[in-house]
Amino acid sequence: MKRLFTLAVSGLALTAAPALAQDVTITNAKVVIGDGSAPIEGGTVVVRGGSVVYAGPAAGAPAGGTAVDAGGAWVTPGLFATVTTLGLADVSAVGESNDITAGGTPFSAALDASAAINPTSQHILVHRAAGITRAATTTLPAGSIFAGQGAIIDLDGDRKPVMQARAFQMITLGEGGAQLAGGSRVAAHVLLRAALREAQALVGKAVIPETTEIAKDDEVFLSRFDAEALVPVVTGQQKLYVAVDRAADIRAVLALKAEYPKLDLVLVGATEGWLVANEIAAAGIPVIATGLTDLPETFEQLGATQSNAGRLAKAGVKVAINAASDRDPRRLQQVAGNLVALTRVPGASGMEWGKAFAAISSVPAEISGMGGKAGVLKPGALGDVVLWDGDPLEVGSVPTRVYIGGVEQSLESHQSRLRNRYRDLDESDLPKAYDW
Amino acid sequence: MFADKTRSARAGRLAALVSAFALIASATVADAKERDKDRKKGKDEEVSAPAFAATKAGDPVFASTYKPFPNIATAIRGATIFDGKGNRIDNGVVFMSGGKIVAVGGPDTPIPADISVFDGTGKFVTPGIIDIHSHLGDYPSPGVEAHSDGNEATAPTTPEVWAEHSVWPQDPGFSRALANGGITSLQILPGSANLMGGRSVTLKNVPARTTQGMKFPGAPYGFKMACGENPKRVYGARGRMPSTRMGNLAVNRETWLAAIDYANNEEAKRDLGKETLVGVLKGEILVHNHCYRADEMALVLDMAKEMGYRVSAFHHAVEAYKIGDLLRENDVCSAIWADWYGFKMESYDGILENAAFLQREGACVVIHSDDQNDIQRLNQEAAKARAAGLRMGIDISEATAIQWITYNPAKAMGIEAMTGSLEAGKMADVVLWNGNPLSVYSRPEKVWIDGALMFDANDPKRRPVSDFELGQPGEGDVK
Repeated sequence: MKRLFTLAVSGLALTAAPALAQDVTITNAKVVIGDGSAPIEGGTVVVRGGSVVYAGPAAGAPAGGTAVDAGGAWVTPGLFATVTTLGLADVSAVGESNDITAGGTPFSAALDASAAINPTSQHILVHRAAGITRAATTTLPAGSIFAGQGAIIDLDGDRKPVMQARAFQMITLGEGGAQLAGGSRVAAHVLLRAALREAQALVGKAVIPETTEIAKDDEVFLSRFDAEALVPVVTGQQKLYVAVDRAADIRAVLALKAEYPKLDLVLVGATEGWLVANEIAAAGIPVIATGLTDLPETFEQLGATQSNAGRLAKAGVKVAINAASDRDPRRLQQVAGNLVALTRVPGASGMEWGKAFAAISSVPAEISGMGGKAGVLKPGALGDVVLWDGDPLEVGSVPTRVYIGGVEQSLESHQSRLRNRYRDLDESDLPKAYDW
Repeated sequence: MFADKTRSARAGRLAALVSAFALIASATVADAKERDKDRKKGKDEEVSAPAFAATKAGDPVFASTYKPFPNIATAIRGATIFDGKGNRIDNGVVFMSGGKIVAVGGPDTPIPADISVFDGTGKFVTPGIIDIHSHLGDYPSPGVEAHSDGNEATAPTTPEVWAEHSVWPQDPGFSRALANGGITSLQILPGSANLMGGRSVTLKNVPARTTQGMKFPGAPYGFKMACGENPKRVYGARGRMPSTRMGNLAVNRETWLAAIDYANNEEAKRDLGKETLVGVLKGEILVHNHCYRADEMALVLDMAKEMGYRVSAFHHAVEAYKIGDLLRENDVCSAIWADWYGFKMESYDGILENAAFLQREGACVVIHSDDQNDIQRLNQEAAKARAAGLRMGIDISEATAIQWITYNPAKAMGIEAMTGSLEAGKMADVVLWNGNPLSVYSRPEKVWIDGALMFDANDPKRRPVSDFELGQPGEGDVK
């Protein structure tokens, strides 16, 4: 018994030890830079000290490091998933395991997802094996229009998943925000403005003053801690993600800039964005767009079409695909592939392959403040490299190797262990419980 | 105590039925007189002949009024054909006329000279895609509370409800399933709040003003049952049975026993719920059982043996891969997703290889959607599931993956003699794809239902726009 315990402890120690970044040279690859450019056949990617030092044609690549022959396979930057809840729940329907929402808390904007990221969450392991190496992850609005402050995380499973805490604040307007604010869009807009005004009043104050909280009966809409959390939003130091779908609601968000010019806005969802694409483009506000939503699932999505992202891009809007828009973030590749499919459908707007890939790699990274660092294979970028068993945007393709910050990752998870156990149903010697 | 509970529930239900339907055939003379007095008519009627009578149990009601739309004899030449039964024909010919498939074969298949011929070079042909698990119409878009018609979550067993009575034919979801998913037939099921959710209905995916105008002629009814977390959560939260999995089984078994008594009692008054249950016992109504976990599926199979019915398909069978042998031996299909996992406790063990491991055991695989978005991409879901199998060294042909979304669901829904494969004499439910349907880059180009062209990607007017969408942003858009 004691020996078993010792083994277990040493096993834990092993997995907890930080792995060292390798120097790797991947040759004979179909290299995707991730910036929207076309793939490079016979290319080379070189990673040193955890960062990309070269990606491009074989000629001109520096030598050195562990050699990996990709055998002609696709090699891409790691996918960047935004917006996600990765690391915040084990099973979303199991309340005990779910830190995504907190309808019972008096706090809202002050909520900070970085406090609770579980780096060994099965969802992190599963999505890492799907080629996602970095993500924007956040709590979701439940008791207020303010979701709280999201974090940028890596998926390497080590003890420090958070790259940037409090990277953005998210709010929901439209129908969802209306319900949370007391029953109408009008109420949501007043709450938002009142909150921003409270925050504005706190700018430059070293100590949190006793501001009046916004409350109704026993329900607190904005505590003074929440108001303080909005100071970086109102000063433009922290991005404000606004989840909104209807064209008119999008216009109302764009109008906020006139009142609060420093707001660093990002639209999330924007199902009817194509109806106001030129206005969004003129405002220079990026969009994390729903990918394939084409049904009027609500009255604020009447104009829903799969061509939304393509039309926005055509109008000059910076468009990333919302990882929350199609079930699990590991479907990002499928959504992007479908956008390519739309280029072959008469009357539809999609994206060419390189642009579609960028919409799940470099563009979401840029929107998240990680431009040039994540979602792209350029010198100086993080050494997040994925080798695939096929076209990365094709359904059924999966990574064969994943590097995060130059460290090769395990692709194992609860799912892979179940897969291996049930590769046959043979129990002639012992029950399946002994097969591990 | 439990038996008392069911009896009183039954009595209440019967009382409601009597008031709703006014009379039943075995009504007493006193009843008839009282009724006659109330209505102030029928005084000359003979006592032995009831003045009012519903049609007899088992007579067709809410019957299909669907008639195929006009077709022109059409052939597709030069395409790759997946026939729905696991076969592939390269450079093939599909010839349809009079709403039926006339011929399917290689390049030498004769085509009459005077008919419309499409060049299918570089394109693919499959049977119309079939979704065995949909809630379109019952949970339509927009998904507002006023449209929430999929769960009669007021009692743990509601075998008396029929999903077709909730279907809103103007749900825009039907058109998306047609245009983007090539869906030509689909089963609309009640939800899973209840152990016994009610009858399903099988529809042709044709726009219609009435649900009867969509009903698949000759399709048997299905019966929705649900295992596991949902029923025990919904009713346990109300402090009533079932609140546990053992409660789930107990309520089911009591209900089946009562149905058997009813079936053996020729004097029993009509009971809509029991009529459905007896239809199951007779094998006329097919059981579709929402059941995630392997152990619970095994329990259901034993319960079915105990009560004398059979399960046609387990739906959401996330753990089916653990008991592929058992499912094969019982000839039960598993209707599953390719990649849904981990959203609720009973889905925790979902793996990508589920379909492939079932196929390895020779068990029946169906890929389903349960979703207004995934129904638009069942072909892609099948492709994912196949790819996972190939990685494990399980050889699954592309044609077999197409069978998972055509012939196999047709079989589990009891319509395989009419549709689900490209065979002479069957309904001309056909999809022409602009590329391999197992690729993310492919979409339906044309969809025929009973030989009538119902969608054409190249003709902006040949796509359905529901009443709800008229005059709204995006009316008639590509979607």
